[in-house]
Amino acid sequence: MPEINEGFAMLSEQLMLVAGMAYAVAVCAYVWDLVTFSQAVKKGLAGATPASSEVALAGVGARGATGQGLEAGPQDKGVRPSSKTHSGSDGVTAGDSMLYGKERRVVARVAVALTVVAAVVQGFAVLFRGLAAERVPWGNMYEFCTTGSFAVALVFLLVLTRRDLRFLGTFVIGLVLVMIVAASISFWTPVGHLVPALQSYWLIIHVSIAVLSSAFFTLTFAMSVLQLFQAKREVAIAAGKPDKAPVMRLVPNALSLENLSYRINGIAFVGWTLTLMFGSIWAEKAWGRFWGWDTKEVWTFVIWVVYAGYLHARATKGWTGTRAAWLSIVGYLCVVFNFTIVNMYFSGLHSYAGVGS
Amino acid sequence: MKETAVEEPKTGAPQGKAPKGRAPKGGGGDVALPQLGFLGMVRWAWRQLTSMRTALFLLLMLAVAAVPGSLFPQRPSAPAEVTQYLKDNPTSGPIMDWFKLFDVYSSPWFAAIYLLLFTSLVGCVLPRAKIHWKAMRSAPPRTPKRLSRLAEYGTVEIPAGSGIDAETAVKDAAVILKSRRYRVDIRDLDTERPSVGAEIGFLKEVGNLVFHTAMIGVLAAVAFSGLFGYSGQRVLVEGETFVNTLSSYDTFTPGTNFTDEKLSPYSAQLDRLVVKYDRSTQAHYGQPLDFNATLTVKDGPDAEPETKTLKVNEPVAVGGTNVYLVGNGYAPVVTVKDGDGNIAFQGPVITIPTDGAYTSLMVIKVPDAKPSQLGFVGFFLPTALIDEKGVAFGSDPDPFNPQLNLNAYTGDLGLDSGVPRNVYTLDTSKMTEINSRNVDAGGIVLVPGQSYKLPGDNGSISFDGIKRFAALDIRHDPGQVYVLVFAVLSLAGLIASLFLNRRRVWIRTGNHPDGRTMVEFGLLARGEDHRLAGEYDAINKALHEKWLVPMETAGQNGEQITTNDDSAHSATAASKDQ
Repeated sequence: MPEINEGFAMLSEQLMLVAGMAYAVAVCAYVWDLVTFSQAVKKGLAGATPASSEVALAGVGARGATGQGLEAGPQDKGVRPSSKTHSGSDGVTAGDSMLYGKERRVVARVAVALTVVAAVVQGFAVLFRGLAAERVPWGNMYEFCTTGSFAVALVFLLVLTRRDLRFLGTFVIGLVLVMIVAASISFWTPVGHLVPALQSYWLIIHVSIAVLSSAFFTLTFAMSVLQLFQAKREVAIAAGKPDKAPVMRLVPNALSLENLSYRINGIAFVGWTLTLMFGSIWAEKAWGRFWGWDTKEVWTFVIWVVYAGYLHARATKGWTGTRAAWLSIVGYLCVVFNFTIVNMYFSGLHSYAGVGS
Repeated sequence: MKETAVEEPKTGAPQGKAPKGRAPKGGGGDVALPQLGFLGMVRWAWRQLTSMRTALFLLLMLAVAAVPGSLFPQRPSAPAEVTQYLKDNPTSGPIMDWFKLFDVYSSPWFAAIYLLLFTSLVGCVLPRAKIHWKAMRSAPPRTPKRLSRLAEYGTVEIPAGSGIDAETAVKDAAVILKSRRYRVDIRDLDTERPSVGAEIGFLKEVGNLVFHTAMIGVLAAVAFSGLFGYSGQRVLVEGETFVNTLSSYDTFTPGTNFTDEKLSPYSAQLDRLVVKYDRSTQAHYGQPLDFNATLTVKDGPDAEPETKTLKVNEPVAVGGTNVYLVGNGYAPVVTVKDGDGNIAFQGPVITIPTDGAYTSLMVIKVPDAKPSQLGFVGFFLPTALIDEKGVAFGSDPDPFNPQLNLNAYTGDLGLDSGVPRNVYTLDTSKMTEINSRNVDAGGIVLVPGQSYKLPGDNGSISFDGIKRFAALDIRHDPGQVYVLVFAVLSLAGLIASLFLNRRRVWIRTGNHPDGRTMVEFGLLARGEDHRLAGEYDAINKALHEKWLVPMETAGQNGEQITTNDDSAHSATAASKDQ
């Protein structure tokens, strides 16, 4: 066993602190961006002509039905136009291509830049945590949390290069911040060697894929929550009610949120299937059986089944839209439950939380 | 089972509901009809069961049903905890037990859910496989009249004088589509508007079917491995040898079809167990770093002995079984002499570690002691320290200052009554305490090499040394490799069904009176396909390159061949942005 490098461990924690502060400022910037946008919209609304708002309403009304999936509209009949038909020009929701627009949102750019800085710093923090003990930095709750939140930030930034999901920043980076704070306050564990049960290359494979899949699930969770809000808002606006949350104009319509989260959940589901399979192979090596209904195995199975249900729901009459979004949310709550409550309070073979030891 | 349920309501509820409405009426008057009604009911039930909605419901039920198994202790994994739970909850415990809440995963209701789910799955997969089999063998559907109505639509105009007429163009288009691995079918060659229909992505549905079929395979393989496997536990003290026969196991769980002959006659001796603890860091001082057991293994009675290393995460494979290191602890070696001066017990005593410092519970029963039986209960402490009250406690898992702290009893151990007794508990109801903090003689405290004379001529006990023991799991599971095979198959199927796209392309050509050859093409996705626009771009480019038509002029003359609405145009334009 190599010596623990206490210097690296210290450096890692200092970097994590810096990253946490940078994320905190970034979250403020994301919020500020939403607030300024919201206020600009309200100002614009006050001066808008009735005619223009009527046009907007008509546009939303047509989509409202499909966005809800209440009637399982014709679009659900397998043939969904793949071309992006909604440009976002009606102003009620953002364009569903989720591509970057022409207008510069300076504050949002600052927020993303801060996120990049924070993620780089956090990346080094995670790296030095690993170097300190010369092993992968995911051997206890503190490390699952810090490395996991880094994965969330990284996945978010990667998706940002392809799509303008900056409206998700408050949620996603807020969640990253919560994870770092929770890790540093509740789960903090000094760096140490792995217990024999974790000394396996399967730790690298099994846990990294679990963390990565969870990061994707985090993104879709945020999108599903927004989808529910947006769907409600679209119905309200279609019914002629005033727009209560103009900030949601930054967010694409419910249907395109649903479509994108379906795609991401598809990737994450494959990742979770791999987590389950690799976990089984490791369990066979460590405990002599590939499946034994250990608490962690139970919850991994439950999560898998819930997301399998989600993927099926999208093809079931009456289950698209809002209900599918709820399944995605329930699935993520199971992920969180599996990660926190099961790790800390349930006894089982996976008790490596290292909290309080 | 994904999009087809929506696309093709093959087992759809609408038709399915009709028989239900008829059935009661039929039961009234006619004699022949009730049978029809019953069949109708059966068909209705089958359709309900195999409907997408039911499958989804069962799937979610399965998730919910799995949860209680994580909330309550389960017999297969923690039988002692279940017993304790029943003891602590004398009222609710038995009721919960009746509902099988301590055997969730072998309970009838859990089985009912997954068996119904899998029946539903079979009922869904079979007809879909049939439909898909037909689809794969039939030509792509006929060319739609108005291609411009499709999700993606484009036109190419081959200038006059290029020598490419409608027939050549359609054949060229077919070649292009074929090179893009489409299945193509040229039709209407002898008419003015020849066209080619093409389809790709049959593997998506194949993947979907493979995924669901392989899930059935996983379930079957799990059941199979339960039939033929076996598993057992054995605690082995350093120096002891395990021979793979039924009587050598401490506990043994045979599969349904297990017979004695299936045990291959190998032997394994535990030479030594070396345990390393973290001594380099303050924070994790005393945390285990390595459990390393050395085994001498013989494949059969006459085989050459082989030395193997057994560690956590590194099982030893021998004689068709895998041997796992699942636990360890201390086995102090003691000698007990009875009141007559004879050795009544000698050897290592397996102790149960209760904490990270290996404070180990120890029970010695000496039924052969005379004139009366002897019993000892207490703790083995690898590194004993004394607290303020003068009570010894364990402070480190390594044997730096090993110590035995025992109470002694004399009388009837209760072993002769025929009632099975736990080796690790001592029933003192018919015994007299002769050594403990409660009596004048005090408790027995021994360090290695020491011996103690029991009060009242009851004999003596000596602490001769320390050995370690390893708790081994021995398993034979011939079915698990099939589980892996089916799991990998289902993963492959899943990936294919999620990330492949089934698409149809039609390309129609026509000769314009002015000599130009007009080409229009449309793309249609079955199910969601966010890459359809990209496919449009690729086909568009390939067609233009084939006929050396510059890309810029494309699309603008489309209205000459069909009425083209603006929305299709703008859609195409928008899709190019991606």
